[in-house]
Amino acid sequence: MSSVRVLVGTRKGAFVLTSDAKRERWDVSGPHFAGWEIYHVKGSPVDPNRLYASQSSGWFGQLIQRSNDGGKTWEPVGNKFEYDGVPGTHQWYDGTPHPWEFKRVWHVEPSLSDPDTVYAGIEDAAMFRSTDGGQNWQELSGLRGHGSGPHWQPGAGGMCLHTIILDPSDPNRMFIAISAAGAFRTDDGGKTWKPINRGLKSQYIPDPNAEVGHCVHHVAMHGSRPGVLFMQKHWDVMRSDDAGDSWHEVSGNLPTDFGFVIDVHAHEPETIYVVPIKSDSEHYPPDGKLRVYRSRTGGNEWEELSKGLPQSNCYVNVLRDAMAVDKLDSCGVYFGTTGGQVYASADAGDNWAPIVRDLPAVLSVEVQTLP
Amino acid sequence: MIRVVLPAHLRTLARVTGEVKLEVEGQVTQRSVLNALETCYPMLRGTIRDHVTQQRRPFVRFFACEEDLSHESPDAPLPDPVANGVEPLLVVGAIAGG
Repeated sequence: MSSVRVLVGTRKGAFVLTSDAKRERWDVSGPHFAGWEIYHVKGSPVDPNRLYASQSSGWFGQLIQRSNDGGKTWEPVGNKFEYDGVPGTHQWYDGTPHPWEFKRVWHVEPSLSDPDTVYAGIEDAAMFRSTDGGQNWQELSGLRGHGSGPHWQPGAGGMCLHTIILDPSDPNRMFIAISAAGAFRTDDGGKTWKPINRGLKSQYIPDPNAEVGHCVHHVAMHGSRPGVLFMQKHWDVMRSDDAGDSWHEVSGNLPTDFGFVIDVHAHEPETIYVVPIKSDSEHYPPDGKLRVYRSRTGGNEWEELSKGLPQSNCYVNVLRDAMAVDKLDSCGVYFGTTGGQVYASADAGDNWAPIVRDLPAVLSVEVQTLP
Repeated sequence: MIRVVLPAHLRTLARVTGEVKLEVEGQVTQRSVLNALETCYPMLRGTIRDHVTQQRRPFVRFFACEEDLSHESPDAPLPDPVANGVEPLLVVGAIAGG
């Protein structure tokens, strides 16, 4: 019988939540790496027992942990992220040049074909790859070396490369996103990159055609339609039908189009999910009501999903990597909050229930569907 | 033998309990002790000092013999009681934050 494994990264450790396909009763394991910030945990699509976790601390820096048994045991692997060549400078908040400095790994993305190959998105923004199970890391420096690099600026959360999407139909094509530089695409396996931000409108940028400088919060794609991308930008929910070459807004009737997460239904590539957040200065749901919004039309027309979610006095946030879907016949949707709840819906968002209520602030949620 | 006391998180990471005891070749300095420590426990690389610059991480401090040695040169000899194994070198996660 199928089962699901939910991998949760929090401010104070990682948790592994498991259930059978009914998704009614859950076993909670953790905290793993207690006391450390776990920005992200993700499993290999070709070997579900192979997991990678980004573990960091303000005191002791960055570690990468690897599991070969689905999260029961872990071993630290390589944690040396050295920029390729002279790091150079990007733009600081005040507009002055600032040296590139490694701070942490925000996102780990295992290869679609090789469990020993894994990508890491780091702050200050750069992309690294390991081909030996995380022991050694090399920068894909063509990204940071893109001519716009010296003009990238950090967002409020730092200048982080937080999204990595691998195209299942073309191993040379990848998409990434950086706060607050924007989205980029490579068509040659990471050697060269191009900004893909045409159509994004950001009020704070005077040039409406600015190549970079957009605060992209997250991007999602359905594997069956790799040319269609959905983006939650700082403000605005956006869609691209040409692999990012151009974008148009699909915020439609959302109560607010600010937010962090966005994801796509496992079996319906036009069904997408967001969690609207009131504003960039008030990082909590409007009216104290936690609501997921679902569009079955690829955007513009949204319906509120609130059954089982708190509808009063709720002031949590849902961070950019904290939503995921499973691949069971009735698609499960999951998200975690800064209040430490992880909510699950086993019916594509119609009904919700908390798996856990009192974890540390949730930074990331990933789901594995196991045979 | 040189004695080193690690903070709790690094003891967990290195899978040790209590003090760590190390053989150190040549002069006993912060650098030579950390080199020996990282050779025995490679998972600690990058957690006490930066991989590339070899500089002490900002929120890690070194104490011994009731003195804060954090700002001493990494190549300065450590106090004799540390070099003789009478006193441990304490690696401390700074009390910081809020």
